[in-house]
Amino acid sequence: MTGSLVRAALDRAASVGAGREGLNILVAVNPHAVADAESAAARGGGQRLLEGVPVAIKDNIATLDTPTTCGSRILAGYVSPFEATVVERLRAAGAVVLGKTNMDEFAMGSSTEHSAYGPTRNPRDPCRVPGGSSGGSAAAVAAGIVRIALGSETGGSVRQPASFCGVVGVKPTYGRVSRYGLVAFASSLDQVGVLAQSVEDAALALGIIAGRDPRDATSAGRDVPDYRSAVRRAATGTTPLAGVVVGRPREYFPDGLHPGVRERCDAALNTLAELGATIRDVSLPHTTYAIPVYYIVAPAEASSNLARFDGVRYGARVQAEAVTAMYDATRSHGFGAEVTRRILLGTYVLSAGYYDAYYKRAQDVRTLITADFRRVFAGGVDLLFTPTAPTPAFKLGSISDPYEMYLNDIFTATANLSGVPAISVPIGTAEGLPVGGQIIAPHFGEASMFAAAAALEHALEHSPGAPPPSAPAS
Amino acid sequence: MSVSHDDVRRVAALARVGLDERRLPALAAELSGILDHMAVLARVDVAAVTDLAQEGEVHLRPDSGPPIPLLRPLPTFAPLMRDGFLIVPRLATHGGEARHGESPGAPVGNDRPDEEDSA
Repeated sequence: MTGSLVRAALDRAASVGAGREGLNILVAVNPHAVADAESAAARGGGQRLLEGVPVAIKDNIATLDTPTTCGSRILAGYVSPFEATVVERLRAAGAVVLGKTNMDEFAMGSSTEHSAYGPTRNPRDPCRVPGGSSGGSAAAVAAGIVRIALGSETGGSVRQPASFCGVVGVKPTYGRVSRYGLVAFASSLDQVGVLAQSVEDAALALGIIAGRDPRDATSAGRDVPDYRSAVRRAATGTTPLAGVVVGRPREYFPDGLHPGVRERCDAALNTLAELGATIRDVSLPHTTYAIPVYYIVAPAEASSNLARFDGVRYGARVQAEAVTAMYDATRSHGFGAEVTRRILLGTYVLSAGYYDAYYKRAQDVRTLITADFRRVFAGGVDLLFTPTAPTPAFKLGSISDPYEMYLNDIFTATANLSGVPAISVPIGTAEGLPVGGQIIAPHFGEASMFAAAAALEHALEHSPGAPPPSAPAS
Repeated sequence: MSVSHDDVRRVAALARVGLDERRLPALAAELSGILDHMAVLARVDVAAVTDLAQEGEVHLRPDSGPPIPLLRPLPTFAPLMRDGFLIVPRLATHGGEARHGESPGAPVGNDRPDEEDSA
């Protein structure tokens, strides 16, 4: 009986064309998924929170039964000898790994166009990108293949694709979730995140994967609240947000903001007020520096983290006479254009003569960005509401300038730089495309963040601008 | 900020990424364009930020990159070879698989190759 959800998910994947010739969502399917569901049910007795529920995993999170390639040629066919803690915890809750999802190579991108497997297409409009870098996971949820998928966040890689695909995306507090088994990109920024069809599904999944892990020294020892109960409480009553102060940071509503996105955000703020929240204009003045800071810090850390892919320890190797020539050839062949660009950029800003001007300067300004959040939250604001992305999903191949692509992260990178949690929730459509609204909370404030998101989701559920619901997986 | 072709060659060498010379102009232009946007950070007042360098100096190493262990001559770390394979000491975990009359608890560090396990 319990293999039925997995079979339905596989059928759904086939019917929407989730393979390489179609939407290109799944880069590997777990061949043991149905058997796993049946054997797990036999062991768990059907009482666990995710009994038999199929989940999709981003291809930079280690799994035992499928390769973990990070969407890169350099890791083609690589199978991890261990499994990520987040995957272990999902399995322990009864979930079944359906397969691995496409992504921008090593999570470097905002469109899932930069993958060795080719681009993923947005299920809402296959001419458009799903966002990135967790575009495959967002698309898997939006296409109704799974209700829950894991992604990873370094600068907005869960929330931005969630916005583009019309699903829920959560970036937890830095340290809330173990990163053991997540392939490192930028270690001071990376977090595992959740994509889901509803706020409650996202809260359920985060509650399962969150918490201290002795195998990740950066994971926090704080207790994990019952996020799902917080969601359920917020979805009842007419003014569930009474007494909650929601800040509207003016820097996130610039003159150039897409008019459809602005309209949906204004409507969502009105809804939050109707739910009892007090809306207050606030300022986070260093927001404007987030992209320059992010695109110094993240490539700098990436240039170090990706040094391990040298043809000796992992994945592919291009043979050469001398060992240094083998390194050069392997990395040149193995990395795609965007990863190479960022490795060179990161190496440049860390090199002699440029370290102070770029890297140290960026870290100083990062401190100011974090101080902005602390000041606003200490001043009586409970949550912040912003657009998740400056535009709806754009067309495949329409952005070729690297910096223009980087600007997609303008409203999301601040949460990564400062470590605070944030969620993107669908708030309607613009020109027929989904629009996401972002709720940002103080460090470890996920429960109140989920509560506000659930109240907003519940209120908007039947509004005329809401995106069409995804077909359920079962 | 203008990044030259030599700059790109230099950082590619540091990053151990082989580059086709034909890619240099495009990469130099892309990196220059990106770094131009970073210049705005120079105008930010960071006086309020605690200077970590004053609390504990950050020690930077020269831009030569870390040593490459495999550049050492093979005999310095693998004195025995046969037919192109390195011969390594027998491990304790192989004790149960001993052949040719060896006892299962044969000492670790035996540098005399077992004929069948040596590859």
